[in-house]
Amino acid sequence: MNDTMGRYRALTAHRLFWPAAVLVVMLAANTIYRPGFLSIEVTDGHLYGTPIDILRLSAPLILVALGMTVVISTGGIDLSVGSLCAISGAIACMYISQQPDQNSLPVVLTALAMALGVSLVLGAWNGVLVAVIGIQPIIATLILMVAGRGLAQLITEGQIITINSGPYRAIGLGHVLTLPLAILIALAAALLVGAFTRRTALGMIIESVGGNAEASRLAGIRSGRVIFLAYVLSAGCAAIAGFMMTANVSSADGNAAGLWVELDAILAVVIGGTSLAGGRFFLSGTILGALIIQTLTTTVYAMNISPQTALLFKAVVVIAVCLIQAPAFRARFTRRRSGAPPRGAVADKPKEQVPA
Amino acid sequence: MTTGSLTARRPRIRLPRRQVPVLATLALLLVMYGIGVSQYQAFSNVQVIFNVFIDNGFLLVVAVGMTFVILTGGIDLSVGSVVAMTAMVSASLLQQGLPAALVLVIALLIGPTLGLLMGCAIHFFDIQPFIVTLAGMFFARGMCTFISGSSIPITDGFWTRMSQERVGDPRGNFVSISVLIAFAVVAVAAYTLAYTRLGRNVYAIGGNPQSALLMGLPVGRTRIAVYTISGLCSAIGGILLSFYTLSGAPLIAVGMELDVIAAVVIGGTVLTGGSGYVLGTVLGVLVLGVIQTLITFDGSLNSWWTKIVIGGLLFAFILLQRLIGIRYK
Repeated sequence: MNDTMGRYRALTAHRLFWPAAVLVVMLAANTIYRPGFLSIEVTDGHLYGTPIDILRLSAPLILVALGMTVVISTGGIDLSVGSLCAISGAIACMYISQQPDQNSLPVVLTALAMALGVSLVLGAWNGVLVAVIGIQPIIATLILMVAGRGLAQLITEGQIITINSGPYRAIGLGHVLTLPLAILIALAAALLVGAFTRRTALGMIIESVGGNAEASRLAGIRSGRVIFLAYVLSAGCAAIAGFMMTANVSSADGNAAGLWVELDAILAVVIGGTSLAGGRFFLSGTILGALIIQTLTTTVYAMNISPQTALLFKAVVVIAVCLIQAPAFRARFTRRRSGAPPRGAVADKPKEQVPA
Repeated sequence: MTTGSLTARRPRIRLPRRQVPVLATLALLLVMYGIGVSQYQAFSNVQVIFNVFIDNGFLLVVAVGMTFVILTGGIDLSVGSVVAMTAMVSASLLQQGLPAALVLVIALLIGPTLGLLMGCAIHFFDIQPFIVTLAGMFFARGMCTFISGSSIPITDGFWTRMSQERVGDPRGNFVSISVLIAFAVVAVAAYTLAYTRLGRNVYAIGGNPQSALLMGLPVGRTRIAVYTISGLCSAIGGILLSFYTLSGAPLIAVGMELDVIAAVVIGGTVLTGGSGYVLGTVLGVLVLGVIQTLITFDGSLNSWWTKIVIGGLLFAFILLQRLIGIRYK
């Protein structure tokens, strides 16, 4: 009895338990609502089915959320990712639309390189504001969030740029080895970031900077450089996500591309268990969080509810996840149930909250 | 200000540091107005200034509420959605034939209730304001489309009268009733912040929540109060917007929270809390309004330049606050 309780405790205490449970419940609810929901079939050597669609559509969010995880774990936040998606997509589409042969691979690669380059420069601008000038991250990136949309519209001259380029469309809709290319790109990025942060000391350095940047600096870590690189990484991820978003629809809209993706990304990070206050970060949790958000979106669309009303469901999920993760809420809940303060209540004292 | 300022050397110039950003905003406003007057003859018309107020009355009210929240070091991302939800609810209830007075009461209660709930979540469960108000933003925006997927026109007599009523001087210049309401909100807010206990608690918490708590100030109650105030201001803003547009639309005021935050910051309020004035926020809103007017007068510039200019100004003011040494984390 005691043993099973202990095992149950250990399982529910695992940081990925609740997000995974939410995902499973959502998938189950979908399957009940629509029995064919989980079926996957192979047509022309490509995998098709709703689960594959969810994976493919979640690729941009996974990318943005990966960068956001690293930024948040340094104690920052990057609000400019949505605008960066719009800018990178706009530059790439604008360049391609001006070329005589839109299907040529070198043209597409040049467009991608240009857009990525500009995005990295803009990420460096964020990094300089936060790491060198020392502006609070939320406001430093707010500048690019506001101005970035204007820049994206300036690039597209306020028009929706439509292109007809096979190689570019492949970024969003193509398949490699039966799997959607988009999800492979996101997976590769996740593995790369994971390898760098978990197989080297970099992850520990990032967490130490997020815990206390000044203390890390005194301990000999170049905090400024770590923070700077986090924003550059985030911008790079956002740029690639921007390619996917615009490739999906073969057009760039400075107004709508990447709208609110920063909020979804922050949500994914929070659902994944990374604290907004900085410090410990969980890449696998973030990916799970992104999948939850995309599953929720797909579910709501499948029920013929408008995208805007989908926000209502998102709000409920956010609050539920946040409450479950809040130590104060859990402490209340467990105390009422067992009549005694939980073991971890004192030890789990939350880190001092940074006013966001 | 942290405790450090108590022991800091007095600056040689007796210009109060806290007021430098507000004075800078005022200077900027005058310069922009000067450029407008020198470039375009019609710009010197008093009605141009009045129009800035007419077009931005709702923004002003919402920004005043946001000033309270930001002064405590928090943030409220839900304001734009709450504005839209208030307008939507009013339009929908009026369409169903409810009397205007009842609709006003209901519409004015929703915002503060949501704000109260968000404040409680922030205080009792120790969840970050950013994420709680983000959920509030999703919730309110979702409610808008839940009520109706398309715009609802308002034909109610009281609303149309409030929309068309002109309060003017003999020379024909006029403002709308909304502007007077916005001024009343500004006056009440400025008085509250400057002369009441609540106001002093707001500044104290923004300065340093720990010492405010140790001093025995009601930190929790104040924190919940500011989100409720912000909710109330958003609700008033929503009503004013529905006077302005005579309709409720589900996608109205998208991204407004950013304009509001920008106006508050340009007005000299520090985002980490503890320093700023309602008057600064009024100037901040005016700066945004005059930028738009200048771009409209120019005619050759596209509206997306507004965003770029606002971004640039945000940068300039943050840098200014940093240079004069107001605390930035």
